[in-house]
Amino acid sequence: MIKTIAFAIFAGLLLVLPLAAGDYYVNLASQILIAAIFALSLNLLVGYGGMTSLGHASFLGVAAYACALLSGRYGLGHGPAALISVAGTTLMAALFGLIALRATGLGFLMITLALSQVLWGLAYRMSNVTNGDNGLSGLTRPAPFGIPLDNAASFYWFALIVFAVAFVLMAVFVSSSFGSSLKGVRDQPRRMAALGFNPWMIRWITFIYAGFWGGVSGLLYVYYNKYIHPTSLSTTSSAEALLSVIAGGSGTLGGPVVGATLVMLLKNYASAYVERWNMLLGLVFLFIVLVMPTGIIPGLRKLASRKKGASQ
Amino acid sequence: MTAPSSEYALEIINLQKAFGGLPVTQNVSLTIRPGERRLIIGPNGAGKTTLFNQITGDLKPNSGQVRLFGTDVTTFTPFRRAHHGLSRTYQIITLFNGDTLEHNVTLGLLGLRPSRWNMWRPLSFYGDLATEARRTLDRVGLLHLSEHPISEIAYGEKRRVELAMALAQKPRVLLLDEPLAGLSNTERSTVKALIAAIPRQTAVIMIEHDMDTALDLAETVTLLNYGKVIVDGQRDAVIADQRTREVYLGT
Repeated sequence: MIKTIAFAIFAGLLLVLPLAAGDYYVNLASQILIAAIFALSLNLLVGYGGMTSLGHASFLGVAAYACALLSGRYGLGHGPAALISVAGTTLMAALFGLIALRATGLGFLMITLALSQVLWGLAYRMSNVTNGDNGLSGLTRPAPFGIPLDNAASFYWFALIVFAVAFVLMAVFVSSSFGSSLKGVRDQPRRMAALGFNPWMIRWITFIYAGFWGGVSGLLYVYYNKYIHPTSLSTTSSAEALLSVIAGGSGTLGGPVVGATLVMLLKNYASAYVERWNMLLGLVFLFIVLVMPTGIIPGLRKLASRKKGASQ
Repeated sequence: MTAPSSEYALEIINLQKAFGGLPVTQNVSLTIRPGERRLIIGPNGAGKTTLFNQITGDLKPNSGQVRLFGTDVTTFTPFRRAHHGLSRTYQIITLFNGDTLEHNVTLGLLGLRPSRWNMWRPLSFYGDLATEARRTLDRVGLLHLSEHPISEIAYGEKRRVELAMALAQKPRVLLLDEPLAGLSNTERSTVKALIAAIPRQTAVIMIEHDMDTALDLAETVTLLNYGKVIVDGQRDAVIADQRTREVYLGT
């Protein structure tokens, strides 16, 4: 009951944020929402599937580039451009899954890393298409149902709606009976196979689904920035999301959201004061791992249950 | 599943397997009838578990065939064999530690149903699975613990969950890999009664070192040594055989 009320208040606050806060904060909140969708999609692999990927930026980057090229260079409308880029990214996830899932564990991690490096290299070198290190600029935001998203508040609400849909659909996915199959395959793959589950297929479907949401976050990313650069495909971009998932608590729904918030806040605030903000991020991460090895959300949960036990 | 009818539940034909230069299964042929109770014995390293792993598909034999009810399943993946009525337990407990007993057994049921692919309905939506899981837990005497996570229960109880998970699948061929390992005397007789109560539609193949208990359950016995079938036949004949005494029972 208290949980529901707290959640309702939190959701209400998120909804009215642009009425109370300035553009700077609203924009920061939009970036957090985008990073959170991206981290949530990675968490499907890392937390629920036991597949640690260091190449998830591939899906964000490719969807962003595809959308930028289709709507910017080839003059496609925003609707078709968005559809084609997300569909294409999902298809690419299916293909990447076929390659990466030939291995598990460290092998899987290395293959995802290698694949994303190939894309990053392409974005840099195929400058006739991607404009190389200069990136693609001069992009516009869509106007769904005739509502322009050019001011901070309207874009924030748009991102909030997409985030809510993404969060709910991913929550449904992991708590479904397929989600139970996935968690089973994460914990005891051999046993699951003996029980009649197809571990490979379960992992592959999850990989594709995660790629799809990675693509959706890429769309929002390029809409927000109206610009795309090869760094969005880099290992740093993948690692940042992985950091968010692990710091917040992998295999929990709230964890990636908390983690992404933390990383974005550090990135935005700390970088204003400390030049090497990555170092600060590293220290914060180290602190979390030492104090709460399973992440912030599971750590807080444990703390709460200990308090409850002590008061009884 | 258009399985050609066969008088055998499980047939193993000329199975060969070597790890590098070390032969672990040498020309093994066995037949098991539907509902049969078979005990597989042999010294440590005789290749008993390796044979099990080839029956389930965890290991690929170098040559030879495995047939389930007449269907050649040699090239089938483990999960496909499960759908042909094969189920197993593990010598080393292989359960889902953080999940409840009920969830563990439910996974056993889910594995054979199409709903395992359903991506929008939560597992709790399938009330019949939970009912069935609880019924199976009741069968092994663990219903009172059904809401507890595996990590909280005792070793002997985990052994029974292993069994419950396999039994829930109503297998036609059930492989038990040392179901009594590490159990106290009381626990042994509990598990012995559970195995004795397995319905006759299920053929049971058991690896076990506790001869006093296991022999009571078996109708037929196979003695393996160095990956070879040494003696194979009716229980009393195998026990009386000179070679069994030499290799396994001691004199």
